[in-house]
Amino acid sequence: MAEWETVIGLECHVELNTQTKMFCGCRVGFGAQPNTDVCPVCLGHPGSLPVPNEEAIRRIVIIGLALDCTIAPHSLFHRKNYFYPDMPKNFQISQYDLPICVGGHLDVDLPDGTTKRVGITRVHMEEDTGKTTHGSASGRIHDADSALIDYNRAGTPLVECVSEPDIRSPEEAGAYIRELRATLESLDVSDVRMEEGSLRCDANISLRPAGTEPFGTKVEIKNMNSIRSLERALTYEMSRQQKALENGDAIVQETRHWDEDAGATKSMRSKEEAFDYRYFPEPDIPPLDPDAAWVGDLRADLPERPRARRDRYVREFGLKPVVADVLVGDRVSSVLFEEALGLGADARLAANWVTQDLAGLRNKGATEPNLVTARHVADLVALVAAETVSGQGAKQALEDAFTTGDPIAEIVERRGLTQVSDTGALGAIIDQVLTENPEGVEQFRSGKEGVIGFLVGQVMKGSGGSANPKLAQELLRERLNG
Amino acid sequence: MTDLCDRTGIELAGMLAAGEITAVELAESSLARVEAVDDRVGAFLTKTPQVALERAAELDAYLSTGAPQSSVAGIPLALKDVLTTNGIRTTAGSKMLETYVPPYDCTAWTRLSGAGSVLIGKTNCDEFAMGSSNENSAFGPVHNPWDLDAVPGGSSGGSAAAVAAGEAVWALGTDTGGSVRQPAALCGVVGLKPTYGLISRYGLIAFASSLDTVGTFTRSTRDAAALLSVLAGKDHRDATSVDTEPRDFTEGIDAGVQGLRVGVVSEGYGEGVHPDVAGSVRAAVERLSGLGAHVGEVSLPHTDYALSAYYLIAPSEASSNLARYDGVRFGYRAEGGTDVEDMMSRTRGAGFGPEVKRRIMLGTYSLSAGYYDAYYGQAQKVRTLIIGDYEAAFANYDVLVSPTSPTTAFKIGERADDLMAMYLSDVFTIPANLAGVPAISIPSGFDGTGLPIGLQFTAPVLGESTLFRAAHALETDLGLDLRPPLLAGV
Amino acid sequence: MPVEIDIDHVAKLARLALTEEEKGQMRTQLGLILEHAAKVGEVAADDVEPTAYAIPRSNVLRPDVPEPSIPHEAAMQNAPEAEGGRFKVVRIVDSDA
Repeated sequence: MAEWETVIGLECHVELNTQTKMFCGCRVGFGAQPNTDVCPVCLGHPGSLPVPNEEAIRRIVIIGLALDCTIAPHSLFHRKNYFYPDMPKNFQISQYDLPICVGGHLDVDLPDGTTKRVGITRVHMEEDTGKTTHGSASGRIHDADSALIDYNRAGTPLVECVSEPDIRSPEEAGAYIRELRATLESLDVSDVRMEEGSLRCDANISLRPAGTEPFGTKVEIKNMNSIRSLERALTYEMSRQQKALENGDAIVQETRHWDEDAGATKSMRSKEEAFDYRYFPEPDIPPLDPDAAWVGDLRADLPERPRARRDRYVREFGLKPVVADVLVGDRVSSVLFEEALGLGADARLAANWVTQDLAGLRNKGATEPNLVTARHVADLVALVAAETVSGQGAKQALEDAFTTGDPIAEIVERRGLTQVSDTGALGAIIDQVLTENPEGVEQFRSGKEGVIGFLVGQVMKGSGGSANPKLAQELLRERLNG
Repeated sequence: MTDLCDRTGIELAGMLAAGEITAVELAESSLARVEAVDDRVGAFLTKTPQVALERAAELDAYLSTGAPQSSVAGIPLALKDVLTTNGIRTTAGSKMLETYVPPYDCTAWTRLSGAGSVLIGKTNCDEFAMGSSNENSAFGPVHNPWDLDAVPGGSSGGSAAAVAAGEAVWALGTDTGGSVRQPAALCGVVGLKPTYGLISRYGLIAFASSLDTVGTFTRSTRDAAALLSVLAGKDHRDATSVDTEPRDFTEGIDAGVQGLRVGVVSEGYGEGVHPDVAGSVRAAVERLSGLGAHVGEVSLPHTDYALSAYYLIAPSEASSNLARYDGVRFGYRAEGGTDVEDMMSRTRGAGFGPEVKRRIMLGTYSLSAGYYDAYYGQAQKVRTLIIGDYEAAFANYDVLVSPTSPTTAFKIGERADDLMAMYLSDVFTIPANLAGVPAISIPSGFDGTGLPIGLQFTAPVLGESTLFRAAHALETDLGLDLRPPLLAGV
Repeated sequence: MPVEIDIDHVAKLARLALTEEEKGQMRTQLGLILEHAAKVGEVAADDVEPTAYAIPRSNVLRPDVPEPSIPHEAAMQNAPEAEGGRFKVVRIVDSDA
């Protein structure tokens, strides 16, 4: 049986979180009610005209630079013509043979410790469509007898990033997306959330006998809403194609839909006519000829690449790679972390607090503002290091700061979170714990010293979390042994 | 008898400023003319007397304070119905938009309105501005005030006829291949197509985006210059609008043609040009020479190919521009669609008229896989050659002269079955659109049956002042009486 | 020679439902127009650059500053059919787009 090599290329769409849409002044991702962030331009009304958003252009250029692309000195918008009701003009303003960014690459660290360079064919600018809700209980397109359309999303700036077919496994594909996401995150250009659709990836996948050059027939897979589903879909498709090939069946060039629940890719009804997008230069938008000096300035201002940053965190601060990874994957975390270091915080403690407790608070309270600053992190870490507050107390202080933004010292003071290291005060609590837990005392004295942990816990509880646990244990032992 | 509405805008602006007349009197004069003749002319699709009178009254109140006025303030204006007006139905002459009420104003009207212009209505036109006779309107033809059995030209036929018949003192149209200049010629008025992008296209319902321009219909060259002064200039809503400073285009208009280098386009006397038209243009050139212009002959060698290029580029862009009419967000929707694709196809099949469908098909085909290079791609190259023709000509001449249209107004229905003859009406006007250069048509005389003949001046990009200077000098020297017979009994 | 066109294919691309009579007319008329239009192939040589924009301009951009959207009612005012603040259409069969 032949060995097969998998060939994968990825096309990722990134929604930019600019203030306004690509071609009009309507806000991006603003309105909760349907068809409220719309105007004659993004509704495609007769006579309306598109004017490109300069911030979106700046962002695609820095994305291109971060992916080591060449920024084209001359680039054009084209119209991609096809009819679909969620597209207000029935053409999409996109780019065709003259994209803004061409020929880059992304270096991706693989789990086996090697680094893979994935070529970037092009990165181009386009606009998003509206959202369609299908009017049936199942929500499935084919069952619905009507559809409802909301154009709030129509015209959102969309960056399409096309990779070369350099990816050889689902794991490499996952690693590529993670690295791409970290890169975009570091540039602060998009929310890059696959689950929410601000990062969307389609995959082209084919198999060929190992060691041969020509590509096999490729299949396009759509509708993968997470890195995990991307990897699952590719794994499924790999084995589907392998079985077909080994049965002597031909692979049909087609688009397949990933069905998350079924865990399978499914063929989409193919059109009788081949797509014919009738691209032509968008006459309403003059060419983009970015100034070389401007591009040079943007290049000089690029933030550190995620790989370099990750390496530096591990090398300079002794962070665990997995912690470094989490920091690098989230711009807010890495900025807080670095700023806290600048204020003298201990790196490992700061990293842990930022990636664990604070990240937890941010996830939970996604709609609440996060008022925690680097100053909070640095102060908190200093108090923990000096054992002035317990871990428990620090957690409370952080939660407080998250919503109030009050200085840490003030919170610790206000809530009495300083660790009780006063033997007298602790002694009273300990005496009470020993009186209330005669079985514990009995067990300890009969040699089951492990019960000390339970007793310390009771002391912590009795002190409202403010006891110094080390000191509590020492004092407990003194009394139990005494 | 000459009514107020028969005077030029500049004259009326002077009378308003001097307090000799009120804006309400003027609006009433215009509205009365509409009442008197429009059932025969058919220039208007939507009349806005209420809006006009209210605006005029506001203006009179304002004028009485002695505040300075724009020269367009109070002057009755008509807008071609491809220019959007907030809250006022805008149809583009199509069943597709029969009930469409735009949620916004086009920039051209925003500017005029801001300067106190008085809108009396929206004018009939060929559907989506596609045509040269106004016979393609879904709402019936427009009749030429000079001969009610004849076409007014197109596609801005309603605007041209309205100005010729005194229903509006001036009007806006749009010109993609001659749609202002040709009807101006056929109706005996002045039609200006400015440099591409000089007037914002925002709110101009697109036909062919790279060729479309807003243009003016007036009864004098000076009026055209006055209107342009308000309309011209950068608009942040139109990325193709030209970045120019506001200016007064009436300045220097009286400078005359002494020393002006006038190139007579030799292709303007070719096959298909009516002898009366050729004769009128020759006579006008003689006059220019007599006025001190240096006259010579110049060739635009790719003129023949311009028509071919135009009939590829314009339909291609149109096929894309008109894709949005699908029955989803606005406009007509056909009944009985079984799925959305079927609904869209039925809507477009029933909502568009024959000429629009023809051009959509032509454009779709020209852009489709396998044909792009041979058609659209080649047409764009021809465009480069046309621009080269003009550059060569303007190296030696300040302004070019040719007929506007090969013939005068033809009878309604006469060319309905002869597409190529219809398309050839635009042979002299199309090259200016392809090159983006400004051109103006002014009346130069009459044919044997008394129908007006138009002469076209063309200038380099942003050479409007030269156009106005030449056109005004000739117009003054000719001193034609341009009152159509229709008005004899008014 | 008049150009032969696959009218059905082009009509489908253009989403135009045409009657048989219209298709017949189209076939003849477009054939003739294209025959004339094909003249563009006679003069435009390989060394001629195509022109997409009559007046050369570049980098015409808009600052990323929000402008008011139109009221929801104005957005829906012209809708042939609407439900729950959304535009309503008959079922969408082809999802491959």
